[in-house]
Amino acid sequence: MNRYFKAEITKNLPLNSKNNLLTLFPLEPVIDPEPGQFYMIEVSDSYNPLLKRPFCCLRKTPDNMQFLFTVRGKGTALMKEFRKGQVIHLIGPLGSGYPEARKGCTPVVIAGGTGIASLFSFIERTPDSSRVIYGAKTKDELLMLDELRKAGIRLTVCTDDCSFGEEGMVDQIFMNFLRSNESIRTSCVLYACGPRPMLRAVAAIARDNNIKGYASLEENMACGFGACLGCAVNTVKGYKRVCKEGPVFPIQEIVW
Amino acid sequence: MDLTVDIGHLKLKNPVMTASGTFGYGEEYAEFVDLNMLGAIVVKGITLKPLEGNPPPRICETPCGMLNAIGLQNVGLKRFLKEKLPYLRAFDSKIIVNVMGNTLQEYVKLAGALDEAGVDGIELNVSCPNVKKGGIMFGTDKKALANLTAKVRQAVRQSILITKLSPTVPDIPKFAVIAEENGSDAITLINTIPGMAIDTRTWQPKLANITGGLSGPAIRPVAVRMVWEASRAVKIPVIGVGGIMNVDDALEFMLAGATAVQVGTGNFLRPTATVEIINGLWTYLDKKGISNVKDIIGGVNGESIHSNLNN
Ligand SMILES: Cc1cc2nc3c(=O)[nH]c(=O)nc-3n(C[C@H](O)[C@H](O)[C@H](O)COP(=O)(O)OP(=O)(O)OC[C@H]3O[C@@H](n4cnc5c(N)ncnc54)[C@H](O)[C@@H]3O)c2cc1C
Ligand SMILES: Cc1cc2nc3c(=O)[nH]c(=O)nc-3n(C[C@H](O)[C@H](O)[C@H](O)COP(=O)(O)O)c2cc1C
Ligand code: FES
Repeated sequence: MNRYFKAEITKNLPLNSKNNLLTLFPLEPVIDPEPGQFYMIEVSDSYNPLLKRPFCCLRKTPDNMQFLFTVRGKGTALMKEFRKGQVIHLIGPLGSGYPEARKGCTPVVIAGGTGIASLFSFIERTPDSSRVIYGAKTKDELLMLDELRKAGIRLTVCTDDCSFGEEGMVDQIFMNFLRSNESIRTSCVLYACGPRPMLRAVAAIARDNNIKGYASLEENMACGFGACLGCAVNTVKGYKRVCKEGPVFPIQEIVW
Repeated sequence: MDLTVDIGHLKLKNPVMTASGTFGYGEEYAEFVDLNMLGAIVVKGITLKPLEGNPPPRICETPCGMLNAIGLQNVGLKRFLKEKLPYLRAFDSKIIVNVMGNTLQEYVKLAGALDEAGVDGIELNVSCPNVKKGGIMFGTDKKALANLTAKVRQAVRQSILITKLSPTVPDIPKFAVIAEENGSDAITLINTIPGMAIDTRTWQPKLANITGGLSGPAIRPVAVRMVWEASRAVKIPVIGVGGIMNVDDALEFMLAGATAVQVGTGNFLRPTATVEIINGLWTYLDKKGISNVKDIIGGVNGESIHSNLNN
């Protein structure tokens, strides 16, 4: 089992103008990822860009692994050009993923934008009673909707521009949900991934309502496996490495 | 074929080391490389007291390089000796500890304690661009460097003493000579070069620390030049570091005059980089029909080309 391995690109499917679904076939025996763990993906071997980029594994089958990515800058623009047959290096699975919810607790999953990539495999494994709130800027940017509907969970979607689903941001939907489900506060556990401002808002609501849970964070990374200390995040217990102790942290441990 | 090189009284099984701060305390790499294969493991810079480091963001990418301002986050001397050193000791590889002090007394204390603990080498970091006090102060002032090296030398009995010089001085050979004259067994060149990057959308510096140290292929030509200059000025070995990604880069440093090399940022791209370079050296020597890696050191024939041109 290799944590540093080569894989062949079998498909790189554009889902919309910004997002692609990348499918890889590992050329070596690899380790199965836990939900929330990530991989460092080599975007170029030209040293410009120099560093690998971190991505969560959307899902893994015995034969292949899939990643969902958003084009943000130079590295992801190059990933959009990945062609079938191309061979790239990856490191992973890395980091600590989402802990399973304790028996009797209802997972409430909150995903913003590409945050769904991190939470998707967790959602697929959670019990049917789970609630999922998933938001994006526009209808076009809501991804994997058919698959999520099939997952059997109770799904609420929302868009910032009201083009689909409920109106508003995920943190507002979460707030409304808590108001209408007083009883769930004591028995729910939160799983959140998305842009930093969204996580900060969700963490504040969780704190005010005394709800426990987890958030997956992002930080610039050089190595991805704990060696460079470049990905520090400030927590109530001092700096921690997003790539090693994280990316998933107890949500109240983070100093936002 | 012989891949061994000598640094002071230390015999390394090959000239490939890790660069401080890029290899943690070895643990993170154990599943990628056989740590027994390395010439030496140089660990993250240690200070007397633990340091929590700088606020994030601590790193950002730049063309063919990266900036870092980690701020020397480390576990401190006590925990290093108790928790990290025993792990490293289990490997058949030389252990070199990079140290940084705020004051001369701190350097002396650190070096003395590590020497007593039996580490193979001590690398004086007088060139860290990311901490407010100490460090680079000693690396950019000739008198301070002379005094520091001499005092640390007195405190170190069996470990070899390496001085890691700052690339920010205009006259590297002079600083190299000072390190040699005051008892250093070797010199490491180069540490990162101070740099800065700005996000033009937000007008914010990309690092919370504002400035950071540049590493990676972008600095390699600077490092090769400094190794070349320094190795001609001193008799002690020069250890070359800066942008080494593969065996070809390592050979470039050795041809310039480096007795050994360190791999830093290259480990982040390919965690197996060190071992690939060692294997690459075997292959290179074999292909070239060279039986001893020492025959490469300083082999660049710059002068002869120059004189040919003049003739
Ligand atoms: C653990 C982890 C898991 C991730 N999983 C996914 C995933 O599954 N799918 C996905 O699309 N993305 C994911 N990301 C984010 C992804 O790694 C970045 O978008 C990518 O590295 C950007 O590379 P780039 O070269 O295109 O952008 P760059 O050229 O490096 O940067 C472009 C712009 O984006 C900003 N940026 C870069 N990286 C980040 C970041 N990590 N967070 C916020 N802003 C950033 C930069 O500041 C810059 O302004 C993940 C990040 C982490 C840390
Ligand atoms: C993330 C990071 C941390 C570093 N920490 C240290 C350190 O603690 N002490 C030190 O002397 N050099 C430190 N360095 C400098 C490296 O040891 C090396 O001199 C420099 O990075 C150039 O080599 P490279 O281009 O191969 O990385 C660090 C470099 C990086 C990238
Ligand atoms: S990215 Fe290097 S320690 Fe986290």
